[in-house]
Amino acid sequence: MADAGLHTPVESGLVSEPIVDIRGLRKVYPGKPPVTAVDGIDLQVAPGELYGLLGPNGAGKTTTISIATTRAVPTAGTVRIAGVDVVAHPAMSRRAIGVVPQYNTLDRSCTVAENIRFHCLYFGMSGVEARSRTTDLLEQFRLQDRARAYPQQLSGGLAQRVQIARAIAHHPRVLFLDEPSAGLDPQSRIAMWDAVRALRSENITVVLTTHYMEEADALCDRVAIIDHGRILVEDTPAALKASVGGDKLYDLHLVQTADRERLAQQLRDLTGVTGVEPTMDGLRVLAQAREGLLPQVITAANAYGLRDVATAEPTLETVFIRLTGRDLRE
Amino acid sequence: MAVAIESSKAVGRRGTYTRAFFGLMLRDLFVLRREIFPFLIRIGMNPLLFLFVFTYVMPHMSGSAAMNPTANMAATGGGNFGTVLLPGLMAVAIMFSGIAAVAFPLVQEFGVTREIDDRVMCPLPIAAVAAEKIVFSSLQSIVAAALVFPLAYYIPSTPVAAHVSNWPFLIAVLILSSLLAGALGLTIGTFVQPKQIGLVFGVVVVPITFLGCVYYPWAALGHLRWLQIGVLVNPIVYISEGLRAALTPTMGHMPDWGILVALVFFLALLTWLGMRGFRRRVVS
Repeated sequence: MADAGLHTPVESGLVSEPIVDIRGLRKVYPGKPPVTAVDGIDLQVAPGELYGLLGPNGAGKTTTISIATTRAVPTAGTVRIAGVDVVAHPAMSRRAIGVVPQYNTLDRSCTVAENIRFHCLYFGMSGVEARSRTTDLLEQFRLQDRARAYPQQLSGGLAQRVQIARAIAHHPRVLFLDEPSAGLDPQSRIAMWDAVRALRSENITVVLTTHYMEEADALCDRVAIIDHGRILVEDTPAALKASVGGDKLYDLHLVQTADRERLAQQLRDLTGVTGVEPTMDGLRVLAQAREGLLPQVITAANAYGLRDVATAEPTLETVFIRLTGRDLRE
Repeated sequence: MAVAIESSKAVGRRGTYTRAFFGLMLRDLFVLRREIFPFLIRIGMNPLLFLFVFTYVMPHMSGSAAMNPTANMAATGGGNFGTVLLPGLMAVAIMFSGIAAVAFPLVQEFGVTREIDDRVMCPLPIAAVAAEKIVFSSLQSIVAAALVFPLAYYIPSTPVAAHVSNWPFLIAVLILSSLLAGALGLTIGTFVQPKQIGLVFGVVVVPITFLGCVYYPWAALGHLRWLQIGVLVNPIVYISEGLRAALTPTMGHMPDWGILVALVFFLALLTWLGMRGFRRRVVS
């Protein structure tokens, strides 16, 4: 009976069967008052995809991953990983799952190489297989010279690389990375991104959570922006950024904002301006890249006491702010 | 899909679980072997010093009977104090191994290092991950108990009167006691917060040892009826009395069947509590 459950094909309209299939997911933590961490999430990830959950802290990203990796039980909804219902068959579904949690969970009593080797043994490899897989992974992640080091002796970036190597040691179908760059210096972050991109060649699907929009932008094929336990929008980073409706942003900081509605009206009439919205101390102008537009904007704004102007391209952060009215870091 | 999962795909559910379980045991044995000297010191120091002070130093003191109040009690009980202590110290060794091998590391792993995560993500039911902790700790308990023997043979100034007439009973008591100690360690380890770890000694270890019929046989409490009844809630009492019944039967002890029933009862209770606590800590 249990085995039948393991092989039930997923019903789906997608061309290729999704490797991660989350439907109607809800998680309410009991308490006074109860906390709704995940509030009806549906998402499908295709095999080989690099998928990002982008949102501020407390948006429900980690809870979603915890449920998908059998570490939390949902209040409602289903999660199937490689066709296996993770709630009904947590132990068996773990064979298809690799996890790198937010914090360092390396075994402090074992060296780097032993951490990987024992992980292989837990997943049923023979001693010989485990050793050869460990050697391969140490080489792939450029960890050979640290093979005999203990986790306490590693920098944050190295420890993170060991955790990724360990997490994929048993050839999981899906790797979950929870806030992989939290606490990493910029250099280690880029090394980690390279390591994650390299997983494509191993045919591993990656689902990661992040509150760094640069990370979602740089790494992911598709991004779901998530807030208050719900997915607000989901698309490729390029399409999300295009949805802002302009490829240039001019942030106008004004001495005083009393007359800004008149200025806004004036700016909207300029050719190339696609939108104007109020900010804390001025206006944000969304525009198409166009020669001569910036001087026109500045001239218009000068009459209203322009203090400063900043230009930028739309980012996923812009998308998030437009959707929620808040900053990702708030 | 066609990546090298073949080796694990070929085996079914039971095979997967068995391999994961033995993988965990192998890791624990490997680490224990690396830390063998701290382990030996941990399990050896208590019985060594206890026997040295109470069965060697004290009997050599002038006016030993006055200085050594337990001598009288032991004499009336049918043996010397070493004979009282042998099963008692084994009980402490078993109990403390369970706490040191499961409770202390677990408190660390849950609260500070989060190392438990990689174990919990094994292809193994959560209960079996907890069971592995109990089983591995019970092996350590048996080694710790066995170590008391040579110490109790060589150290006391008057020989200890121990003989085993019923081996199956001894083996049953040893196995049940060791598993019970591991289950106790699991229960403590899942209920205690890291900052409370120091309290475990004061609130759990010291009371259950001193009120665990370790340094006196249960029958000797006859004149303090309230205490004799009160200590029955302490699982260590049955470990001490079980070993006493198996090793030094000349001492007064509880009936064998009563001991076994109580050991099974407390093993079941603490395993249930410990596994429930473990699940609560790793699955939200």
